[in-house]
Amino acid sequence: MADMTANAPVLEGPSGPKPRRRFSRRNIFLYGTLIVVSMYYLLPLYVMVVTSLKGMPEIRLGNIFSPPMEITYEPWVKAWAEACTGINCDGLSRGFMNSVQILVPSVVLSIAIASVNGYALANWRFKGSEVFFTILIIGAFIPYQTMLYPIVIMLREIGLMGSIWGLVLVHTVFGMPILTLLFRNYFTSIPEELFKAARVDGAGFWGIYLRIMVPMSLPIFVVAMILQVTGIWNDFLFGVIYTKPETYPMTVQLNNIVNSVQGIKEYNVNMAATLLTGLVPLIIYFVSGKLFVRGIAAGAVKG
Amino acid sequence: MDASRRPNQLFRNLNAKLASIPMIVTALVVFVGGTTWTVVHSFTNSRLLPKLNFVGLDQYERLWSSSRWMISIENLAIYGACSMILSLLIGFTLAALLDRKIRFEGAFRTIFLYPFALSFVVTGLAWQWILNPDFGIQGVVRDWGWEGFVFDPLNNPDIVIFGILIAGIWQGSGFIMVIMLAGLRGIDEDIWKATRVEGIPAWKTYIQVIIPMMRPVFVTALVLIASGIIKLYDLVVAQTNGGPGLSSEVPAKYVIEYMFRAQNLAQGFAASTMMLVSVIIILVPWAYLEFGGKKRG
Repeated sequence: MADMTANAPVLEGPSGPKPRRRFSRRNIFLYGTLIVVSMYYLLPLYVMVVTSLKGMPEIRLGNIFSPPMEITYEPWVKAWAEACTGINCDGLSRGFMNSVQILVPSVVLSIAIASVNGYALANWRFKGSEVFFTILIIGAFIPYQTMLYPIVIMLREIGLMGSIWGLVLVHTVFGMPILTLLFRNYFTSIPEELFKAARVDGAGFWGIYLRIMVPMSLPIFVVAMILQVTGIWNDFLFGVIYTKPETYPMTVQLNNIVNSVQGIKEYNVNMAATLLTGLVPLIIYFVSGKLFVRGIAAGAVKG
Repeated sequence: MDASRRPNQLFRNLNAKLASIPMIVTALVVFVGGTTWTVVHSFTNSRLLPKLNFVGLDQYERLWSSSRWMISIENLAIYGACSMILSLLIGFTLAALLDRKIRFEGAFRTIFLYPFALSFVVTGLAWQWILNPDFGIQGVVRDWGWEGFVFDPLNNPDIVIFGILIAGIWQGSGFIMVIMLAGLRGIDEDIWKATRVEGIPAWKTYIQVIIPMMRPVFVTALVLIASGIIKLYDLVVAQTNGGPGLSSEVPAKYVIEYMFRAQNLAQGFAASTMMLVSVIIILVPWAYLEFGGKKRG
């Protein structure tokens, strides 16, 4: 640009914005950086996929970045149906089934309870409701470690320690602060006239909730679902403490398979197992797109 | 309000109260009750079973003289400081790059954020494999002919925490980027126009104008990073399980080891109380600045 102005000081150019050159130095720098950084983010996924499709001899000889010379699906089959944890050799399928059985009731229960809570807090405030809500939100910042053992005692008292339903309860409790906040804020944003009109027409607490609030807030229910499904599926801490080997969720079983000290390390099977465990949240992430971002942002930034 | 109505006070809004019972129970019994219970029992000598046999500060004295706890604290401090700085730096830089009206923004954002959908266990195991000294990055570079190349953070007690840091940053920085990007999008276009008219270069605008304007976003991001750091557990268990030796232990793992493996309950309670205290130390000033100031102002 400096050259041009020097050579033609009275050049009468077209007015309007200068057309952008596609390969300006700025663009090369910008896209170059983004592509290099993208590679760092994609590398582990690529390595996992490539490793899981190789046979063990090839892994021992080759390098982890090279694509498989001979694609084999055996590691995937083995990870799903044969990999051993302790004495059980029925693969990750057991953990998967456990995780599904934990996931479905946990998601339904936590969302049902939290949405009703949020609704009560938004539209039916009573004396003390805000106090309990504040305690609930502060509770979200307390490290789980200070509550782990008292919950063990509580679950033991009600006979649910080690069972899938005990874990469902734990997920419901710990999902409550963030979900209640999410629903409360959303319901508050629904015009109050609507609520008042329904009241005048004689609708009660549950009537308004079921016929007006729920149908009007389906997007926030989807956001809450995404938040909970990924959160509960990815949980490790609660799974390892509140369940026993037969009811271990997938993440716990995965860790036991890969980090078991006995036997020869089968890296391809390990990576197939790791990918299998990551598959559910990944699918949700790629399918839900913007809603996922909204979900985690809602979980993070208040209001 | 006349006297005949008063008995109804409790039953007014009854449905809402009934519906809030789960919330009230969670808040009072689990959060307040559970935490109090743990703090109280941290002053006892409970081992296999919780007992109310008070021994004063014995557990805390033992905690702070335990080398394992000191290693845990040191690791968490290193991991925490590095992860805060790097997450903010990477998150903001990526957000700023994506905010330059580029093509394929959606694709890049998807790539940066996908690790956040994965669990820490998956993250830890993936990086354990990549950092494997025989087959991972070190092995590959040696195969290329650089025989003396050394990069084995997971086997070197001095730097193992940085191996975990690499994985942690990979998993979480995309999330910070999303928050930063939302913050950047909230900045008025006129500010950019004004600085362009003034001829201020973009990088200078970011440092002198945009970042100060985004202070609340940075604070939110910091609180999120900090509350994630203190929970650091799954990643360590999956990637190194605290090894080699005890060199990558963290406080959350210490608590769980003592409560559920070593059967030294009170020691675990004391450690978890210390975690609670550190959270309070971080959160109270923040809450005061965020909410306390607003009420008066």
